[in-house]
Amino acid sequence: MAVTQLVGAKIHRREDPRLITGHGHYIDDFTRTGTAYAAFVRSPLAHARVKSIDVTDASKAPGVVGVYTARDFKGQLAGTHPAAPAFVAEKKYVPERFPIAEKEVCYQGEIVAAVLAETKGQAADAANMIQVDYDELPAVMDLEKALDAKSPKAHEGAADNVCWDLAYTGPEVTEAAFKEADVVVKQRILQNRLAPVPMEPRGVMAEYETYDKKLTIWMSSQNPHFIRLFVSGSMGLKESQVRVISPDVGGGFGSKISPYPEDYLVPALSRMTERPVKWIETRTESIQNATHGRGQFYEVEVAAKKDGTLLGMRMTQYLDVGAYAGTFSAFQACACLMAGGAYKWKGISARTIGILTNRVPTDPYRGAGRPEATHLVERMVDLVADELKMDPVEVRRKNFIQPNEFPYTQSFGLVVDSGDYEKALDRALEMAGYQDLRRKQADMRKQGRYLGIGISTWIELCGFGPSAATAPATGGIALVESAQVRVTPTGSVIVYTGTHSHGQGHETTFGQIVADQLGVPLENIELRHGDTAEGTAFGYGTYGSRSLAVGGVAVSKAVGKVIDKGKKLAAHMLEAAEEDVVFEHGSFHVKGSPDKSKAFGEVAFASYGMSLPQGMEQGLEAVAYFDPPNLVWPFGAHIAVVEVDPETGHVELQKYVAVDDCGNIINPMIVDGQLHGGVAQSIAQALYEEVVYDDETGQLKTGTLLDYNIPGIGEIPAMDLDHTVTPSPTNDLGVKGIGEAGTIAATASVINAVVDALSPLGIKHVDMPASPDRLWKMIKEARN
Amino acid sequence: MKHKVAVTVNGRKHEHEVEPRLLLVHHLRDNLGLTGTHIGCDTSQCGACTILVDGKAVKSCTMFAVQAEGKSLTTIEGMAKDGELHPIQQAFWDEHGLQCGYCTPGFIMAAAYLLSQNPNPTEDEIRRGLEGNLCRCTGYVNIIKAVKSAAQTMSTAPARKTTVAAGGN
Repeated sequence: MAVTQLVGAKIHRREDPRLITGHGHYIDDFTRTGTAYAAFVRSPLAHARVKSIDVTDASKAPGVVGVYTARDFKGQLAGTHPAAPAFVAEKKYVPERFPIAEKEVCYQGEIVAAVLAETKGQAADAANMIQVDYDELPAVMDLEKALDAKSPKAHEGAADNVCWDLAYTGPEVTEAAFKEADVVVKQRILQNRLAPVPMEPRGVMAEYETYDKKLTIWMSSQNPHFIRLFVSGSMGLKESQVRVISPDVGGGFGSKISPYPEDYLVPALSRMTERPVKWIETRTESIQNATHGRGQFYEVEVAAKKDGTLLGMRMTQYLDVGAYAGTFSAFQACACLMAGGAYKWKGISARTIGILTNRVPTDPYRGAGRPEATHLVERMVDLVADELKMDPVEVRRKNFIQPNEFPYTQSFGLVVDSGDYEKALDRALEMAGYQDLRRKQADMRKQGRYLGIGISTWIELCGFGPSAATAPATGGIALVESAQVRVTPTGSVIVYTGTHSHGQGHETTFGQIVADQLGVPLENIELRHGDTAEGTAFGYGTYGSRSLAVGGVAVSKAVGKVIDKGKKLAAHMLEAAEEDVVFEHGSFHVKGSPDKSKAFGEVAFASYGMSLPQGMEQGLEAVAYFDPPNLVWPFGAHIAVVEVDPETGHVELQKYVAVDDCGNIINPMIVDGQLHGGVAQSIAQALYEEVVYDDETGQLKTGTLLDYNIPGIGEIPAMDLDHTVTPSPTNDLGVKGIGEAGTIAATASVINAVVDALSPLGIKHVDMPASPDRLWKMIKEARN
Repeated sequence: MKHKVAVTVNGRKHEHEVEPRLLLVHHLRDNLGLTGTHIGCDTSQCGACTILVDGKAVKSCTMFAVQAEGKSLTTIEGMAKDGELHPIQQAFWDEHGLQCGYCTPGFIMAAAYLLSQNPNPTEDEIRRGLEGNLCRCTGYVNIIKAVKSAAQTMSTAPARKTTVAAGGN
């Protein structure tokens, strides 16, 4: 890399000045002239037939532009909600989903009517006047009962509640392992349903220009190009007629990937009324309607030898799909493919069952499938250690895939690119002072105090992804990434990326890569994203820790093409052979004679002039797509130390140590920030958060931030972080992903610590969230 | 029926006729165009809408606009002066105290009030002082660092500190 050496340095984020001064542009910060405001009427029942909708009073309310029900949208929108086949090859039953319900509502919050009015207040007032007559139907809430043939159905008239049922591998692959076993441990493991809760709720504003037949949509989205694809198709428009702009976005965590009903209804309302239309989600609408994560349970058994060698695993994932299949819902089944974690196995039998219920759909939420896999395998390893009276550290060491075994083909044929798991674990143990902690634990136990130490040696697969794997999974579009680099005549650089930054800091990190590669100051580089009218024809968005490992590499490749053209032109200007020209520190020079050189800016200017080599076109710009040959595989070791108060069930998180490896690091400050936030979200799942619906009626009981308990500044401890660096051989930058790492790692370390703390009471497993009431009950029972 | 409301915001006087049910946060955003104050919850948990009212941190979704009659308000837009960042803003930038940035204005305003009351808070005091604000990106680690760092800077530049304590006028 060039002389500036920004890569690897803590560079202040370029996006921050506008955000810390109140000058960000989030979706609710701007409005088009003449805008009408939408409000939606939503089902208060989890499952019901819609008998009639009376809009008489609402239509006459002050400021009302119009009231609309499903019938009004029939001519406007076509097709059903897109559901990618993803990792589950065969879906059994994907219910049809129109953005607005007509005859049947299948979860609390499903839209039945829309109101447009001159102001937000008038729209909300009128929505309250709409009378809907429902016939309540039984709600399907329990995953096991839902599989019973006699169960009511989440959709009236459906044959069953099974969205998918797939065995990746059958029991035969683990027969030998279980026959050989000295011990077999079994556990049912719950994954609490979570609401992503980005601090900025969703929002959509659309303006259809009737005479130009052009549609512009502004929305809070992680992947505007996919929204353009889906919405244009549904509205009968060409992709080229639709422009989607996703400005500053106040967090996503997976909940702003898939298209939502409002993403179709708001543009349709604009086309129907010939006015700009805006809708901003309330927090209750967000918790009720934005896709949830997790919502699963697992039946797992593990076979091991008495020396701690892991042999085989049998696992079944029961996944609450919700009322409709989310666009990328089946991706969560990757928990099966990752269930082996950082260890070697003789075989893993894995089956996933996606079950339809009358709850809001689940879809990827930070980590999606990989937190579940880590939690499962790290819990099972601790159960094996407990059964064999071994130190959990030793069981892990005994079974790690070793550094000399990479690339390593794991149980499902996925190839783990690189790793050194023991190195990260050793460093974490050293930082935590593991042996001292064990001594302290023994002392405290004598005093009747419950200190616990929990370990999670996590791995993940991310950087989606190679076309061969992802194109079939999405139904045709490979999740590769694109970039365009344009150099202006005065040598400033505009970089367009198909990823979307909503907190990750791409304006900074991608800028660092380009600045080093071109040898130009960061200030000369502008990074643009989030507008489908700019840059490449298609972008793939940000999720799955993919932006740097796929998008960043695409940027680097596009820059490489610019340099290649620059070299040809510089050779012509220097009257040298192209192969004799080298590009270093921002200038082209002839090999062996650094004084014979042309600065990058001079070459850029010349590229717009007249003295070009024969056949060369004017300009200096390039487009590149990067199709990664493999996924990337970050890993690390996390250690949590907790003390549980046996009288109250309160968990005090006393220490958190994390050593993570995401390959080469572009900006260490941003990497640490991603880890802090990821770990916090995972602690949140382990100790605090759960979306609760009434078991019988399907009423959402945690519909505001009063009842849905996202942790505050008092709940998240200080974190002690370090890194190992094992470059990825998958891409030229040697990078992996870090966006989801903390979330993938931490539930296991925290819950393993809680179980370790309570082990003197004979407690072997604790489900999440390990809230005071749950623990208090368990402790009380264990003592009786 | 509409009511007259006159407020001074970031040193400028504004008079409007508003509906009595209008929340102060909507008044700031929709009538005054000060969109740096954000809305994140509707139930006064998240603190994204925190501003200073006569120097005190207030969640502007908990007040009606008419209740602000005659009061002096400071919003995030009033913190930087003449192109120079307020030390708390600078510290959030330096310490990577924000990611998506949505909760950030509320945190900065709450921190401004905290430091006006306690110029040298301990980590525990920072945690208690900012317990009314939620962040989903940072895990709060760097927010705490930023507030500590701002306290240090401001203790060596007292002029700026009093500006905030007085409500930005």
